[in-house]
Amino acid sequence: MRRAFGLEAAQSTVQLFASMAAKILAPEGTRCEQNGRLGHDSRHWRVRHETNRPALSPPAAWRRRIAASIIADEGIPIVPNQPAADERTIPQLLARNARNFGDQVAYREKEFGIWQSWTWKEVAEEVEALALGLIELGIEEGDHVAIAGRNRPHLYWSFVAVQSVGGIPVPIYQEAVGEEIGYVLKHCEANYLIAGDQEQVDKVLEEQSVAALLRHVLYLDPRGLRKYDSSRLHAFKDIQAKGREVKTRRSGELERRRSALDGQTPCVMLYTSGTTGNPKGVVLTHHNIIWASRQSCAFDSLTNKESVLAYLPMAWVGDFIFSIGQGYWTGFCVNCPESSDTMLTDLREIGPTYFFAPPRVFEALLTNVMIRMEDAGRIKKRMFHHFMNHARKVGVDILSKRRVPVADRIKYTMGEWLVYGPLRNVLGMSKVRIGYTAGEAIGPEIFDFYRSLGVNLKQLYGQTEASVFITLQPDGEVFAETVGIPGPGVEMRIDEAGEIHYRSDGTFREYYKNPEATASTRDSEGWVATGDAGYFDQATGHLKIIDRAKDVGKTAAGALFAPKYVENRLKFHSDILEVVLFGNQREFCTAIVNIDLEAVSNWAERNSVTYGSYQELAGHPSVCERIRGFIEETNRAIAEDPQLAGCQVHRFLVLHKELDADDGELTRTKKVRRNIVEDKYHDLVTALYSDNKSIETSTEVTYEDGRKGTIRANIPIHDAKVHTAAHNGSGGPRP
Amino acid sequence: MNSSGSGQKAIEAPLMDIRNISLRFGGVVALEGVSFDIAEGEIRAIIGPNGAGKSSMLNVINGFYTPQLGEIWYEGRRRGSIKPHNIARQGIARTFQNIALFEGMSALDNILCGRVTLVRSGFWKQLLWWGPAEREETEHRERVEQIIDFLEIQAIRKTPVGQLPYGLQKRVELGRALAAEPKLLLLDEPMAGMNNEEKEDMCRFVLDVGDELGTTIVLIEHDMGVVMDLADRVVVMDHGELIADGVPQEIMNNQDVIDAYLGVAH
Repeated sequence: MRRAFGLEAAQSTVQLFASMAAKILAPEGTRCEQNGRLGHDSRHWRVRHETNRPALSPPAAWRRRIAASIIADEGIPIVPNQPAADERTIPQLLARNARNFGDQVAYREKEFGIWQSWTWKEVAEEVEALALGLIELGIEEGDHVAIAGRNRPHLYWSFVAVQSVGGIPVPIYQEAVGEEIGYVLKHCEANYLIAGDQEQVDKVLEEQSVAALLRHVLYLDPRGLRKYDSSRLHAFKDIQAKGREVKTRRSGELERRRSALDGQTPCVMLYTSGTTGNPKGVVLTHHNIIWASRQSCAFDSLTNKESVLAYLPMAWVGDFIFSIGQGYWTGFCVNCPESSDTMLTDLREIGPTYFFAPPRVFEALLTNVMIRMEDAGRIKKRMFHHFMNHARKVGVDILSKRRVPVADRIKYTMGEWLVYGPLRNVLGMSKVRIGYTAGEAIGPEIFDFYRSLGVNLKQLYGQTEASVFITLQPDGEVFAETVGIPGPGVEMRIDEAGEIHYRSDGTFREYYKNPEATASTRDSEGWVATGDAGYFDQATGHLKIIDRAKDVGKTAAGALFAPKYVENRLKFHSDILEVVLFGNQREFCTAIVNIDLEAVSNWAERNSVTYGSYQELAGHPSVCERIRGFIEETNRAIAEDPQLAGCQVHRFLVLHKELDADDGELTRTKKVRRNIVEDKYHDLVTALYSDNKSIETSTEVTYEDGRKGTIRANIPIHDAKVHTAAHNGSGGPRP
Repeated sequence: MNSSGSGQKAIEAPLMDIRNISLRFGGVVALEGVSFDIAEGEIRAIIGPNGAGKSSMLNVINGFYTPQLGEIWYEGRRRGSIKPHNIARQGIARTFQNIALFEGMSALDNILCGRVTLVRSGFWKQLLWWGPAEREETEHRERVEQIIDFLEIQAIRKTPVGQLPYGLQKRVELGRALAAEPKLLLLDEPMAGMNNEEKEDMCRFVLDVGDELGTTIVLIEHDMGVVMDLADRVVVMDHGELIADGVPQEIMNNQDVIDAYLGVAH
């Protein structure tokens, strides 16, 4: 008895300690009790994620994941399909947040040099005031309201206020020119505009036909707008004041409109940029947005303690999901920079925990660091390079929680104190728990640089039509070349042509007033065609995007030909400006390479390579040798992937002139016009597929003043070593 | 001396009345019998060929030069000989043709300097930096931040001005002048040496200063396009004398002005 008691006491002591430890070690766990369902979900998932996740055994894991995306598997976090009845629309979420953690900061904006903040309670009040003001102005249910300006809390509130009164917010790209705005506003018949400043107001009012359509315009910054026609131009603050005035009279109406909303009501309409034809208005419902936000928040265990910097265009679906969808679902804090120029300073001051940026932002940050390191003192420089080399060796493994020798870990910890920590601080990423990049391919070197520093940077693949999330990379399974596994609750399939299709609850309702386009994108069973070609990597089960579906072809041997994929990989080398890959319906792949004059001349200077002109530099044997090195390195990497091994470059030449939009070889946005290049340089392409060692050519060029001239050149053609595919690939070395 | 009922007077009487000013340096005549007025809230441009006496005129207005003859009436009162720092206290601020900023100091500190005449707490109080002094500094900083916001220079707030490009330095200088909360702002060639884009920005700021803050502006400028667009009224000077005074349209058609600029056969 006594012993038993002792044992019991010991056990309870252990339990007590264990629960204390759990509280200390898993702060999310303690929080979730206060914050209700979501916190619970995230903790629940996290625990399962750590313990029950199957180890990676290639094909099985892959199959399971695909299956898991259809039926909830215990390893994959899937939150129930329908949220609680009072969490089905964004305005409901606002009310919930104000109720559950009303005193927590919801928005911050740096203004007058100080971070001003608004709690959820205050936000709810501001939104209500604006909504009442809009009703007083005469807004009807179903009206479209255009929103234009830089990221500011007031504009984010406008979204929710418009939703509350039954309207549909239509954000507009801030940099869009008059005609583009005109098209969008006319297409959605927007009667109202909420604009950030005079610039936006001017742009819209200049378009006469649009101006006639608009009933009322609200503006935030009154500067320069005093002399405008005031009958339909109102200050944001005045409308809010009006709203507060009529509160007693109008709040019944607001309540009626709010309760009329449900999951199927349009939440937002986003226009896709549209590389071909006019932009299409993608209608996303509250259910789409909230579903996508819930799933993704659970996937990354986001809580209301996150902090994000809202600096990407508000008209982009990503910003809508991060700053409104996920922000309202979890209740985290959205920070708006002071101006677009101060973004980097503000990033450092805020130190977000959850950060999204397209690859070019990460590239620019890295370049910035490297340039500044070049100017640093000798000791600092050596320390930096020494520890960065070490990070390159083990940093990624440490972040991915793989096995790393103890000595390396100790050295990495030293590096953390001396280099990595301070560097992350300078980059504003000290607190980043989860970083995402998407939109285009990111160079593996850039990607690994951030990961080796300890920044948990991941990739995702998404679309406006999917409410962003199609695939995501789970922690610990992050690769530079792939974009992750299907998000929780997303079904995916690859059709015979290699095009990626998906189906999920986040799938858009329709293209506004464009049933043909809706029908051609989404079939009767709800599968949406992405227009991208890709496949699931056998070894990891992760999706690999290779190209736009329409550009993908087959080589004569029947192997997959994905030009963009190879070109992008080659362009990760800073010496290569442009590459055009040939090989569709041909025996093997060849490439025409354009050197980057700035990078190569810089290299030439440091290595005493003398040259007189672009042509001479491009034809210089040591430059060609350098390019050959890059190509062979890329070939080696490509050969590791059996599906793409056929895309290895067998022969290449370095072009004697830069591809130019004036010569019609590039579009004005600097994209290569593949067919025109193939046509214009058909003699070079023919030579690439012959046994010639060089080719004599002359090319017509257009100078900037419109005059034409000809340049002649004797271009050497080089062979590059190719590799046999890792497994049973179809590309082999050329006989 | 007519100091009562200034509110009413401001509408009738000009903010500044310059009567028959003559300024000589030894035998050199810089200004000869110049008279014009500056109305409250307007943008008044002074133009003229090189050496016409524009900058001298500005220096007379801000009290740096004391004219031998003539009177200056400011806010309905005749102004005697006065020290430049007292001028600043009377609500007149200026920018310079050649930038005169503290190069090693940040943009913020430079603009904060503009508020020196408005500081109330004394040396010892500021040294202790407690209570009223601290509150006062916060107040000044708030005003400066509003100016930074107004001029859209948030991104360079903490950058030493020596590192800034010319156009931005000019903007900081305007900021410093505005920090003094002047009634009358004198701008000496604010657009000189700027490219078109910088000029456009600067024009917008000058217009906004007039619109939003209600500041009266006297502006010397060579760019005729700028002057004709910005100014409410224009004074034209040549060889130290006033040759024309009127709204831009009149000035453009005035034969004397055309002759002064293009030269005329004698």
